Amino acid sequence: MTLPLNVKAMMVSLLILAVWLGTWEIATPRAQATGELTEYEMLMGAAAPRAGIPAPSAIFAKAVEELSNPFYDAGPNDKGIGIQIGYSLFRVLTGYFLAALIALPVGFLIGMSPLMHRALDPYIQVLRPISPLAWMPLALFLIRDSQASAIFVIFICSIWPMLINTAFGVAGVRKDWVNVARTHELGPLRTAFQVILPAAAPTIVTGMRISIGIAWLVIVAAEMLVGGTGIGYYVWNEWNNLDLTSVIFSILTIGVVGMLLDAAFGQVQRVVRYQE
Amino acid sequence: MDKPFLEIDGLAKRFPSGKGEDPTVFENVNFDIEKGEFVCIIGHSGCGKSTILNVLAGLDEPSDGAVTMDGKEVSGPSLDRGIVFQNYSLLPWLSAFKNVAFGIRARNPKWSKAQVSEHTSKFLDMVGLKDSAQHRKPSQLSGGMRQRVSIARAFAIEPKLLLLDEPFGALDALTRGTIQDELIRIWQGTNQTVFMITHDVDEAILLADRILLMSNGPGARVAESVEVDIARPRRRAEIIHDPAYYKIRNHLVDFLATRSAQIAEGAEGPAEAGARPRTVNPARETQTDPTDDSDRQPARPRLVS
Repeated sequence: MTLPLNVKAMMVSLLILAVWLGTWEIATPRAQATGELTEYEMLMGAAAPRAGIPAPSAIFAKAVEELSNPFYDAGPNDKGIGIQIGYSLFRVLTGYFLAALIALPVGFLIGMSPLMHRALDPYIQVLRPISPLAWMPLALFLIRDSQASAIFVIFICSIWPMLINTAFGVAGVRKDWVNVARTHELGPLRTAFQVILPAAAPTIVTGMRISIGIAWLVIVAAEMLVGGTGIGYYVWNEWNNLDLTSVIFSILTIGVVGMLLDAAFGQVQRVVRYQE
Repeated sequence: MDKPFLEIDGLAKRFPSGKGEDPTVFENVNFDIEKGEFVCIIGHSGCGKSTILNVLAGLDEPSDGAVTMDGKEVSGPSLDRGIVFQNYSLLPWLSAFKNVAFGIRARNPKWSKAQVSEHTSKFLDMVGLKDSAQHRKPSQLSGGMRQRVSIARAFAIEPKLLLLDEPFGALDALTRGTIQDELIRIWQGTNQTVFMITHDVDEAILLADRILLMSNGPGARVAESVEVDIARPRRRAEIIHDPAYYKIRNHLVDFLATRSAQIAEGAEGPAEAGARPRTVNPARETQTDPTDDSDRQPARPRLVS
């Protein structure tokens, strides 16, 4: 076979999907007719069909239903998947943007100044390993608003990879290029924007890509805690409704949105990449 | 008395070792360069040639001594001194064209886009970079092409002093030859003062008006200034037939092979503070005794000044 590697890989992927979904579909127990039950068994709830994992076909039907009307709003506990995703994205992007606003300049400062690097390093080392959700009680107490607290949690979790990568990228800019700026009498601001920023951009964008990935991981957990709206709340709410079909559908949605966010930053990375 | 264009006085570089006497790379380095002169400096690795060049550029600080250009002391980098490094130092995220435009825009901040673009094209054409190559990134260009771009950038800012740090060191011999010819051609059209480091004796003779010879480090100094008495325009193919060529070449090779080490051991006495290196002209010296070339030991150079 002389098919391109991409086509072959896609065929294998589709085959795996087909085998997996097929097995799942077949293995899913149907509601079977049970024989005569004793009064005791009826009392113990055996009459109710045992909740099993829904079949792929059921999930697909659910997806079609949800995606055909993603933005309906029928009260606090019944909103379309589009609205829920929208809330989550809004929180992620707000927290992420605020984090970038702090992390990029501070990262620049740390990267440029060995003094600031040493001075700030202990704080970064202590704060960085803290699980973002551990901040939640403190955030709720200080901010007194659950929505803003969720944004704060996103802020605190996305700041570190951006900060550290920016500092690393800026500190690693080749001396030759800095000398080019010096011999051309570029001022500090123009040196930063015309030489150091483009030189460090690939490392910085890598940090931003890691950050958006972490932010998307954390928002689900954060929304399960704060509740109200968002994809994380949606998953938990459907679990409380014992609607496993919706749970699996929303898990898949989380994956797809995360993939798209990552792909967007992958594109940015391609733009700023250069070869020495 | 007219002051020379560039004066280097009592330059020294010591690296702090933290204990006792700091190791001296070079000291008591004195020389002058006149306007429009092409001066090469030759010496073994570790004698501090690159440090001297970086001091002239303002990128490095000497431990002692001063550099005066046009009556002003050099402190810090400036657009008056353009540099071409061995590793090209092009900005890899910019195309060849934009790299040169970067220099021109730094030099002439008030120029319009059209002016910058016109000037850029002029200098890229001058170094012989084709239109199709001008919009490629440095990584897509060969070493020779990259060095052309780097030379174009340095000439384009029209510095008072052009510093070349082994610009052809990383190129293969054929490419090096072509670009040397290009460099002479470009240089002849200007009145550009050039200070260049090289390891290549033939390259130095081809390009330079004067060649400074450095003794070995530590404690290196500029021991001699050799005049290259060969008429311009010079061409690589023709210069080797010039009677002066091999006399100068032998003198240089002899210096690098034996005398640079002997001087470092004190064979020719300690350097006099502030003294300029003695000027020698091997071509004229051996004219009196042209047969004495067989033992490959060139006659002691005559002092001409």
